[in-house]
Amino acid sequence: MALLSFEKKYRVPGGTLIGRDLFDFWVGPFYVGFFGVSTIFFAALGSIMIFWGAAQQGVWNPWLISIEPPPLEYGLKMAPMNDGGLWQVITLCAIGAFGSWMLRQVEITRKLGMDYHIPFAFSFAIFAYVSLVVIRPVLMGAWAHGFPYGIFSHLDWVSYTGYQYGNFHYNPIHMLAIACFFTTTMLLALHGSLILSAANPEKGEDAKTPDHEDTYFRDFIGYSIGTLGIHRIGLFVALSAGWWSGICIIISGPSWLMPDGESWIEWWDWWPNFFTFASIGG
Amino acid sequence: MAEYHNILTQVQVRGPAEMGLDEKGLVAKERGVEPRFSSILGYVGNAQLGPIHLGMFGTIAFFLGTAWFFLTGIGMLQSVDWSWQALWRDLWWISLDPPGEEYGLGFPPIWEGGLYLIASTCLLIAVLSWWIRSYLRANELGMGKHVCWAFAAAIWLFLVIGLFRPVAMGTWSEMVPYGIFPHLDWTNYLSLNHGNLFYNPFHALSIVFLYGSALLFAMHGATILATSRMGGDRELEQIYDRGTASERAALFWRWTMGFNASMEGIHRWAWWFAILCPITGGIGILLTGTVVDDWFSWAVLHGFAVEGGLYNGPS
Repeated sequence: MALLSFEKKYRVPGGTLIGRDLFDFWVGPFYVGFFGVSTIFFAALGSIMIFWGAAQQGVWNPWLISIEPPPLEYGLKMAPMNDGGLWQVITLCAIGAFGSWMLRQVEITRKLGMDYHIPFAFSFAIFAYVSLVVIRPVLMGAWAHGFPYGIFSHLDWVSYTGYQYGNFHYNPIHMLAIACFFTTTMLLALHGSLILSAANPEKGEDAKTPDHEDTYFRDFIGYSIGTLGIHRIGLFVALSAGWWSGICIIISGPSWLMPDGESWIEWWDWWPNFFTFASIGG
Repeated sequence: MAEYHNILTQVQVRGPAEMGLDEKGLVAKERGVEPRFSSILGYVGNAQLGPIHLGMFGTIAFFLGTAWFFLTGIGMLQSVDWSWQALWRDLWWISLDPPGEEYGLGFPPIWEGGLYLIASTCLLIAVLSWWIRSYLRANELGMGKHVCWAFAAAIWLFLVIGLFRPVAMGTWSEMVPYGIFPHLDWTNYLSLNHGNLFYNPFHALSIVFLYGSALLFAMHGATILATSRMGGDRELEQIYDRGTASERAALFWRWTMGFNASMEGIHRWAWWFAILCPITGGIGILLTGTVVDDWFSWAVLHGFAVEGGLYNGPS
């Protein structure tokens, strides 16, 4: 049994959503629960499907294994197993596994008397994935628009899809998502640094306090958000990164949003037109 | 079942402004800017704005940073024939550009990249001065220098892009234009000119740490807010004297994924993930065009890409 020194008193029954006490137990450090069982089921089935696909294609180089979505001709229908059906089953398994994982987090949250911020946060990651392989393909009328499951093939998909719309850097929501990713990374560096620098002061110094944290940041940039606020803003910006990533790809593709051939470079034409400086040349 | 989720501060307590610690009795008189309060900031974190310790290096950084900003604006204005209307109309597209390739590492005429090099020098000194501040302010309080070293990691990427790689390539023209779309185009062409940066393993690592940092902050921020009822946000106190908030936070992840950090350890994970993003990214950029000219061919050579690519649009 891998128990931490203080763990025993927290291992109490209750808090489950489904199955009462039927799955209310631990395996080693892991809590199981009904959703632990369903996570294992979906994750194992999906992984086996990927290996089966690799075996069918005879590709065992882990960098090059790729499970392709169905061709365009199947639209939103089920495809034969070796012609994209595998991708559809794996997608279902992935959504099942991610959803189970989130609900398992809900059960653990309840068991520990915590609040629901963690499963709520995880739902944004699930949204970002679902936006790529379900929402956008459904809006565009074919599963073919999902991304292939492979380490480098999914990067090729990102390149291909980005250049389909001219230059994806010009997508304003993509800009916003990237700004959030960069910002949350900077905030994480600053927060991690501040805690470590207070708890690990110079040799011979006493351990520092939140007053030192506030003083340091006020001296440094004129503002200290405080011990609670940094976690609110960090969580908010991290979730915003996931949220706007999903939105920026959903709005790239559906024909009612982007008529054929339109690129994000041309999308900005409204800006100079908005300024009616009729007399300016150039 | 209405519950309070600690999303925003509901009651703001306002006392006299905190003027900051001064344990050595040296800095209080050097702090400036009368503190003010913003109740909008107070919903999220501390309402107090200021004071600030600008000092010599802060003053240098502020003036040279401002100089960079206005020199960039002057370069943009020059590119639209000094028309203020055109400046706003074309703001997203125009830039202060680095010198042309023909000038190599020499100093070009003022409107052909000279101004750009002057602005870049201002920016370089401003950033380094701000970095010195990150050290001096921590030193004043007897704290560790973790912010300083993390900032140095970001400066490494900045120096690779603006100094080390251009020198290695033998021309200032490799530097990044100061403009909104132009700097994005620079990024795009760097990738296109060197066979798709996605096949640069250090670029891949950098993205892993970028996404990993967002993931870690979401996990950490959510965990602290979810245990704030038990005092989870009092991290330093929990590090020195573990309470039930730390214990529940640790057990949450232990039960979820079989592994947990400690209240201090999570900040070490955070620090390394965040700084490895610019460190690996800088290595990737420094190798691009200097050691490796075409990352795609390089990947084919090393067996993780195939000729023609793995994906060429929906079939």
